[in-house]
Amino acid sequence: MPANLSARFCSLLLSLFLIAFALPAFAGPFEDAVAKFANDDFSDTDEAIGAVASSGNKLAFPIISALQDGRLMADPDSKKVYVTGADGKSIDAATGESVASVPDSASAVRLNNRLRRSVDAAIGSLTLQSPDVGTRLQAAQSVFKSHDETALEAVDGALAKETNKSVKAALGDARAAILLFKPDTAEVEKLEAVATIKARGDQEALALLTGMGDQPASVTKAAASAIGSIQSSLAVWSTVQNAWYGLSLGSVLLLAAIGLAITFGVMGVINMAHGEMVMIGAYVTFVVQDVIRTRYPGLFDYSLLIAVPLAFIVAGALGVLIERSIIRFLYGRPLETLLATWGLSLVLQQAVRTMFGPTNREVGNPSWMSGAFELGQITITYNRLWILVFTLAVFVILLAMLRYTALGLEMRAVTQNRRMAASMGIATSRVDALTFGLGSGIAGIAGVALSQIDNVSPNLGQSYIIDSFMVVVFGGVGNLWGTLVGAFTLGIANKFLEPVAGAVLGKIAILVLIILFIQKRPRGLFALKGRAVEA
Amino acid sequence: MHSKSTHDIAASFSRRGVLAATAGLMLGLASISSAKAADDTIKVGVLHSLSGTMAISETTLKDTILFLIDEQNKKGGVNGKKLEAVVVDPASNWPLFAEKARELITKDKVAVVFGCWTSVSRKSVLPVFKELNSILFYPVQYEGEESERNVFYTGAAPNQQAIPAVDYLMKDEKVKRWVLAGTDYVYPRTTNKILEAYLKSKGVAQEDIMINYTPFGHSDWQTIVADIKKFGSAGKKTAVVSTINGDANVPFYKELGNQGIKAKDIPVVAFSVGEEELAGIDTKPLLGHLAAWNYFQSIKSPENEKFIKAWQTYTKNPKRVTNDPMEAHVIGFDMWVKAVEKVKSTDPDKVIDALPGIEAKNLTGGTSKMLPNHHITKPVFIGEIKANGQFDVVWKTPGLVAGDAWSKELDGSKDLVGDWVGKKCGNFNTKTNKCLGSGS
Repeated sequence: MPANLSARFCSLLLSLFLIAFALPAFAGPFEDAVAKFANDDFSDTDEAIGAVASSGNKLAFPIISALQDGRLMADPDSKKVYVTGADGKSIDAATGESVASVPDSASAVRLNNRLRRSVDAAIGSLTLQSPDVGTRLQAAQSVFKSHDETALEAVDGALAKETNKSVKAALGDARAAILLFKPDTAEVEKLEAVATIKARGDQEALALLTGMGDQPASVTKAAASAIGSIQSSLAVWSTVQNAWYGLSLGSVLLLAAIGLAITFGVMGVINMAHGEMVMIGAYVTFVVQDVIRTRYPGLFDYSLLIAVPLAFIVAGALGVLIERSIIRFLYGRPLETLLATWGLSLVLQQAVRTMFGPTNREVGNPSWMSGAFELGQITITYNRLWILVFTLAVFVILLAMLRYTALGLEMRAVTQNRRMAASMGIATSRVDALTFGLGSGIAGIAGVALSQIDNVSPNLGQSYIIDSFMVVVFGGVGNLWGTLVGAFTLGIANKFLEPVAGAVLGKIAILVLIILFIQKRPRGLFALKGRAVEA
Repeated sequence: MHSKSTHDIAASFSRRGVLAATAGLMLGLASISSAKAADDTIKVGVLHSLSGTMAISETTLKDTILFLIDEQNKKGGVNGKKLEAVVVDPASNWPLFAEKARELITKDKVAVVFGCWTSVSRKSVLPVFKELNSILFYPVQYEGEESERNVFYTGAAPNQQAIPAVDYLMKDEKVKRWVLAGTDYVYPRTTNKILEAYLKSKGVAQEDIMINYTPFGHSDWQTIVADIKKFGSAGKKTAVVSTINGDANVPFYKELGNQGIKAKDIPVVAFSVGEEELAGIDTKPLLGHLAAWNYFQSIKSPENEKFIKAWQTYTKNPKRVTNDPMEAHVIGFDMWVKAVEKVKSTDPDKVIDALPGIEAKNLTGGTSKMLPNHHITKPVFIGEIKANGQFDVVWKTPGLVAGDAWSKELDGSKDLVGDWVGKKCGNFNTKTNKCLGSGS
């Protein structure tokens, strides 16, 4: 029937028309690229990143940054890709139209390391002219790293407009890096680029110059001399770095040993449970953080400040308890003390294991203790820096306490001559308990700091007990200054030996040196003189 | 493979006696209660440390076996008999492992033992299992170079973990420079020897390989991380292959994060870091670092989802994680049950002969098979650490990989095979056609 036929023809025409109309909207290179995100294949995603970033489409930045944050959703069934915003609104990535909701079958586009590098490079070239200085600096740095020649134009454009000095320098570096790797750059320009990168003088510059591949002879020669000069300046810095690492290791040793310097050094109790006091301090930190996380998440940055006094009280109270119930019956019997405290350390470990489980507990770094800053060519991490400051503060406070408070005076009196002190009216057994409590409390504080750099597990204390005894014996029993000097000496010696001998041999070498030293000076670096020695 | 007895070396001179005595006393008391039982049950020995340094890893495996026994008993047990667990605690003390193994076999008369984690504990119990002719299922990835008649290795051999991981980095990440970092003991040393030989066979120059060992429980990683950074700035893509032992990993990763080494610059692929280890770390700075295992909790398969659900119900902890050695126990337990049902007996000789060829479903959707060398076939996965402490699988081997008891990369072992079916020998030299026997 003609009517029927014409109706069919019309519908055919209509659908053809629709297809023809729809095609340009859905099949441009940009749309094609976006659709590739839905394939869940790393190579396809990589291609898509490159194509989207270089498309010039205004959706490029929202798409790539959503990809970086895991906000780019792809539906494997319909091959549609969506950008979800932080505010819960979503848009279709291909068209930019907002959509009511993202289908449940969509999942975030996955990345791996290779893709993360591509994303960084793409974001870098897209944000070179961002209004924010920090973003621009980061962008310039990621272009420097990727030195992708397609970004050259964008870098030149940004360089012309840039007013901030450090961003400008970073852009210059990025430009030099691109020119160096671009095959058709003129030799003169390449030589300039080498000079620019040489001026940077850091490890990344070194990486760039050593990895630049085939170059004209003059460029290779210039690069070789640049590499030489960078390496020699880095060698100087590495000595500074070793010294800093030594100070940092020394501060950790001091922190672990300082409580022992009281219980073993001043009181003469061979306290094998010292490490467990450190561990208990770390677990106090864990409990504090746990409570803060569930109840008052805003206070997280203050968690350590709250944990320090609590750890002191808990570990100190436990110390007093131990002294009253065990140690006081064992004064003057070093072997029995050693066995009893060793047994006690096992009991404490197993108790914690039963209460908190055998696995590590997560203790987070507050924001002011995370990350690092660059000082010249060395990296200083904030957590190590704060631990050094904290250790010195604890040391000074302890020293002042022993020197200027009544309790400190009594402690010194009792440890120097117990009978004389008793006859002067000092309650020696009370002072003993408080001294042991003080030493244990300080070990607890050490635990708070060590929880920032080590595992919080029932075995935490064991790792420090040997080192602590080593420091106290080396520094001189009964002398806080000796402990300080001993800790830093061992730390620095260890860190200068480690690059040469390796971590394992370095540690052995240190032990051997200490044994030889003790042969020569049995009382350590700072030996107590006078009557106290005989006591 | 891990051995976390860290500082004991220095400390044990004065402490070993006390430790052994105390631990022995406590454990003796603990195992008395479970020793008496009726004859209508089959006893299964569980030899995992529940105290001491290794408790951190091994406690979970003890729970796993108890869980599996519970499940099996719900199905009616094996050969009409219920299974009964005999749990002992070797307390992370290697000589005590041998004592406890002897006690399990002679006193408790167990039909099979599931246990050990560290290679040194396995080596310590080996003579006992040989002498008393019993069966040990060992669930942890290890250095290989061993195939014993009485031991079934359900963890990965180096060719089922280390080599595929290096292949992935070479192909996908185009890595040209390698840092092999490990804790100083037998597993990392052997694995790194194998890897070094393998890398050189792939044309990697000596100066592009840096090998670094650290003591147990090493916590000051500043120098080493700075060295890695320096080594990585030679203009070639660099990666770290880490055989660093469990406990030392947390400070290592923290230092990496703090010094700003991101996975996209220098990725670290670890062989000893799993879901359990990550439970103690803030994983945000670790995003993208890698681990190679034969199982990840995040792998989607009906078997895995069912297992995770049942495990979390059994432990009454909806957040309890699963990991690779647990899966090894699941497979090993299933294989043992099938072998016992096949020969309708728990006689060790019959079960040992029946085990090769037995197949069991693994949790990732494949079927593992016990090989004549007493190792099993396994898939290999590379996972990237996600912010929630789980892994996102970015690569896997196309099929299952058969475990090599003897590494093909090392001169000393490339001609050796383990074959307990045809040759009845754990170290048969294919060149000389001779069985080296237990002498080597």
